[in-house]
Amino acid sequence: MTAIAMLRMRDLLAVVMLSGIYSLISASLFLDLDAVDVAFTEAAVGAGISTLLMLASLKLVGRFENKSRYKPALALGVVLVTGALLIYGTLDMPHFGLADAPAHLHVAPRYINDSMAEIGVPNIVTSVLASYRGFDTLGEVVVVFTAGIGVMSLLLVSRQTKEESQTMVPADMQQQIILRVVAKFMLPVILLFALYVQFHGDYGPGGGFQAGVIFAAGIILYTMLFGLSNSQKLFKRKTMELLTAVGVLIYGGVGVACMFMGGNFLDYSVLRHDPVHGQHLGILLVELGVGITVASVMIVIFFKFTWRTVKHQYKE
Amino acid sequence: MNILGLYNYWIVVVLMMIGFYIVIAHENLIKKLIGLGIFQTSVFFFYISIGKVAGGTAPILDEKYQLYSNPLPHVLILTAIVVGIATTALGLALVVRIQEAYGSIEESDIQAQDTLDQLECSLEAYGIEHAEKLNDQDFNE
Repeated sequence: MTAIAMLRMRDLLAVVMLSGIYSLISASLFLDLDAVDVAFTEAAVGAGISTLLMLASLKLVGRFENKSRYKPALALGVVLVTGALLIYGTLDMPHFGLADAPAHLHVAPRYINDSMAEIGVPNIVTSVLASYRGFDTLGEVVVVFTAGIGVMSLLLVSRQTKEESQTMVPADMQQQIILRVVAKFMLPVILLFALYVQFHGDYGPGGGFQAGVIFAAGIILYTMLFGLSNSQKLFKRKTMELLTAVGVLIYGGVGVACMFMGGNFLDYSVLRHDPVHGQHLGILLVELGVGITVASVMIVIFFKFTWRTVKHQYKE
Repeated sequence: MNILGLYNYWIVVVLMMIGFYIVIAHENLIKKLIGLGIFQTSVFFFYISIGKVAGGTAPILDEKYQLYSNPLPHVLILTAIVVGIATTALGLALVVRIQEAYGSIEESDIQAQDTLDQLECSLEAYGIEHAEKLNDQDFNE
């Protein structure tokens, strides 16, 4: 539906806007499918950050797509054949919503039935994310960190001269008084909400990943309305780049600490005398590490893209 | 039990094929990244719809509910979304650098420039001097 419109349009700006709407619709669909944590993340990432990054890069590469010179018939053929085969493959899949589908029979009952006694955290998603599959999540955080490093090295900004760092970069939306006033009211609420999501992830939907992207979205909003220089005064480049590593370090450090205290890597039960308390502490620390890395990587990536745009304008 | 109970997979397949088509049929690199994004969300829908149990509720334990949806796909997709945006940002950064190096993000333009460069290199390797001049002449004719 929205996706088809995105396929047809050649004005990339409109396509990016549509992709924002598409993400918002996906988020509400996820909510309908009981995946509250996922809906949370998709709304903040898809409708917020990814749309902004796309817009920032469109500013750098131009807005219109050239008319395609290939004949699309071949591509369409390949797509139709693949699609038909895939649909044929779905014929022996379990029906939608079936409670005894194979996917629900292996580890899921253990998570649902025993996680309260073993971990003591009502939100099963959080306990699976941070404890049962803690090693997996460590890997994901490292991937986010690596992608952040990749963007940093691809979009290197030559060291700023004194002049440049002193000139104020005016925000594009300097004139929008209403937006600025509303944003000033909203910003503390957004940041507070991010912290709530971070530390309340054990009980309600939330956790480090969601909090990280919400926090980053708040900072990005501030940057857009009040200019890059203002927000970089608060969030120094060096500090943010350091923080991306600090988060991963906290996560790994908790794991190593568990080993020193006589358990396995990332086995939080040994952190305290009571295993359940240990799990609580471990999950809290690990989620904090995740939140720090995700937020700072997103902010650093956005700053890199914006700097590139600013430099681009100076050259012209 | 009829075949219509499989509709969630068909939606996934249709979305996936739209994304696939954008990736292989369009030349603009940003459009390709957007296509990859659609492909990605189709996989997300696949996992989440597998995790859904009819009549179940969100997997946050509460005494009022007995039936919960499967939390495992939620965990996998939750992290996948954040990793997805990070890798998309990496892709966008690459596109920006390509634009700066080639002055275009259309695939055919980039390939044309690459073939031209190769031609020049091989001419130089054969010891033909003033390779640039020669090429310029060729293209003027």
